[in-house]
Amino acid sequence: MKAVYTHPKSLKKTPFHYCPGCGHSVAHRLVCEVIDEMGLQERVIGIPPPGCSVFAYNYFDVDMAESAHGRGAAVATGIKRAYPESVVFTYQGDGDLAGIGTAETIHAANRGENITTIFINNAVYGMTGGQMAPTTLRGMKTTTTPYGRDHILEGHPIRMSEILAMLDGVTYIERVAVNSPANIRKAKKAIAKAFQVQLDGRGFSMVEILSPCPTNWKMTPVKSWQWVDEEMTKIFPLGVYKDVMEKTVAD
Amino acid sequence: MPDKQPAVKAARGKIVITRELCKECGLCIHFCPKKVIVQSGKLNAAGYQSADFKDDGECTGCAICAIVCPEVAIEVYRD
Amino acid sequence: MTKVLMDGNSAIAEAAIRAGCQCYFGYPITPQNELTEYMALNLSRRKGCAFVQAESEVAAINMVYGASVAGARAMTSSSSPGISLKQEGISYLAACELPAVIVNMQRGGPGLGSISAAQSDYFQATRGGGHGDYRTIVLGPSSVQELADMTMRAFDLADKYKIPVIILGDGVLGQMKEPVEFKREAPAVLAIRDGSLRGAKGRPSRIIKTFTSNPSELEEINWSLFRRYTLIKKEETTSETFLTEDARLVVVAFGIAARIAKGAIKNLRAEGLKVGLMRPVTLWPFPDEPLKEMAKTIKQYLVFEMNMGQMVEDVQLALSGQGEVAFYGRPGGVIPNPSEVARVISRLYYQKGLK
Repeated sequence: MKAVYTHPKSLKKTPFHYCPGCGHSVAHRLVCEVIDEMGLQERVIGIPPPGCSVFAYNYFDVDMAESAHGRGAAVATGIKRAYPESVVFTYQGDGDLAGIGTAETIHAANRGENITTIFINNAVYGMTGGQMAPTTLRGMKTTTTPYGRDHILEGHPIRMSEILAMLDGVTYIERVAVNSPANIRKAKKAIAKAFQVQLDGRGFSMVEILSPCPTNWKMTPVKSWQWVDEEMTKIFPLGVYKDVMEKTVAD
Repeated sequence: MPDKQPAVKAARGKIVITRELCKECGLCIHFCPKKVIVQSGKLNAAGYQSADFKDDGECTGCAICAIVCPEVAIEVYRD
Repeated sequence: MTKVLMDGNSAIAEAAIRAGCQCYFGYPITPQNELTEYMALNLSRRKGCAFVQAESEVAAINMVYGASVAGARAMTSSSSPGISLKQEGISYLAACELPAVIVNMQRGGPGLGSISAAQSDYFQATRGGGHGDYRTIVLGPSSVQELADMTMRAFDLADKYKIPVIILGDGVLGQMKEPVEFKREAPAVLAIRDGSLRGAKGRPSRIIKTFTSNPSELEEINWSLFRRYTLIKKEETTSETFLTEDARLVVVAFGIAARIAKGAIKNLRAEGLKVGLMRPVTLWPFPDEPLKEMAKTIKQYLVFEMNMGQMVEDVQLALSGQGEVAFYGRPGGVIPNPSEVARVISRLYYQKGLK
């Protein structure tokens, strides 16, 4: 018998500290598989956020630099402008990218910075204990919306893939999920495509990954993976939001 | 009338679960199409009941378990 | 070398380019826009260099962080309100031991304040400014020539000690035009700093961070930073004196205030008053040893600054009661002239019965 599934080389063997069923674990592995298959381990510089994945550097065996909350897109801009031959990716949560980092995210995208953003959307602030996030669904109970998110007081969940897709500087945006084998396969393809956009010098790419958070959603892992399909994809439909194949950074 | 195609033999597969990495999320058990993964009833050092592979010849090596396992705890082998 | 007539803001930019600055990230704010615009005109088209007008001062400092991570000499500039926005980023730079140059052309504060020159960010600059225990080197130029020289020195110090360096200028210095000589040519090849992140090729992957769930680890990082600060204090503390050898009263002032005070002192000396000037040039590390030494024979000091009293505390700390410290300050962007300051000095001189 031969092995058909092995541990990615660029993923360290450190056991994950993430909760049982957490989407981060799957997302980390997919990014590492793509890094391996595209031969990028020696070129990549990754920027993890504050959040549950603050320890991403314990898992990704690539150069990584810590960033302040929300500033990943600006840090990535600085790295890429100083060293254009690098392959730079940010790995950001929903509060990081869509809350405190909205300006940095929108403007890096608008400038068409040649970077790749992996956006983990689990509709909640995980690490700090389950508070409302910019992407929390209406009616969702979190520790700061104990009565359910009320759009009159707390606004609506924000759809970053749709917003960024409107910007001329953006080349490729796809929203995927890591809650089923089929979706995980599609998510990996999207991640590979996003890195290819960067390698081809064609501008800004982002993959928004709907990610289960069993602990803060107060569900079992299996139930939380189902909830992504049942509820999250209603508000955050999966699919390609922008794909400008012919575009180059020079355009 | 053309000859009937010989029946396609299903691939034989095997998985190896690293017990100490398992966090009892239950996803491999849930998604396995052949239901060859079960709860072992044995606790690992972290206090989780690790998943166990039922080596009854039904595994096809489809690797769905490995694809969904968040802990990268499953190796898959196929003929 | 030829001298050119240049405004201070532009001189900083030109000096930075000649010091091998590879990346500049900035944001418009009065009174430093000539610096940002000079970089847009002259840095953006240089081979291997990058200019970005960022979406905010917050974004700009984080871009500097990124460029420094990648091994480049990187710089940002702003004025007081914008420097407040950068404090988080500066704390991260200091924590991760990343070199960077930050220029503050101070204006009146607090709040939106005024666009006129002030010196009210001294505390912010010399006490770290952001959260946590850290320091940045702070240089206090008082002429356009010094803006140029200190900018070049700033890049060298930043790289040598792996620390952010602040150039604490002000709106007057930035806007005034003086002849300046640039003592370096721009390097043909831009250096890449050792220990930067350029992709883990042929070496293990590297991490730049300080977050830890182990307080003892962070404690050791703090001690390590402060051991370096002790070394910087020993090696880099700089100050200047003017006519202090026989002085009975010494004015202590930095930056533009020192320039004004010099004018006042020259006039008072002509009238027979024995006054001198002690000018801290590195504001951090603060030159307390030279002051302590001076206090063995000179007992009367007047601290003059364009704020409500910030450097005066460092003077008092340095003297530890070995001298009398008086204070004269003008906040809000008001720029006193030499005769006003001369009046204050002479009033104190006579009130104290100095001869």
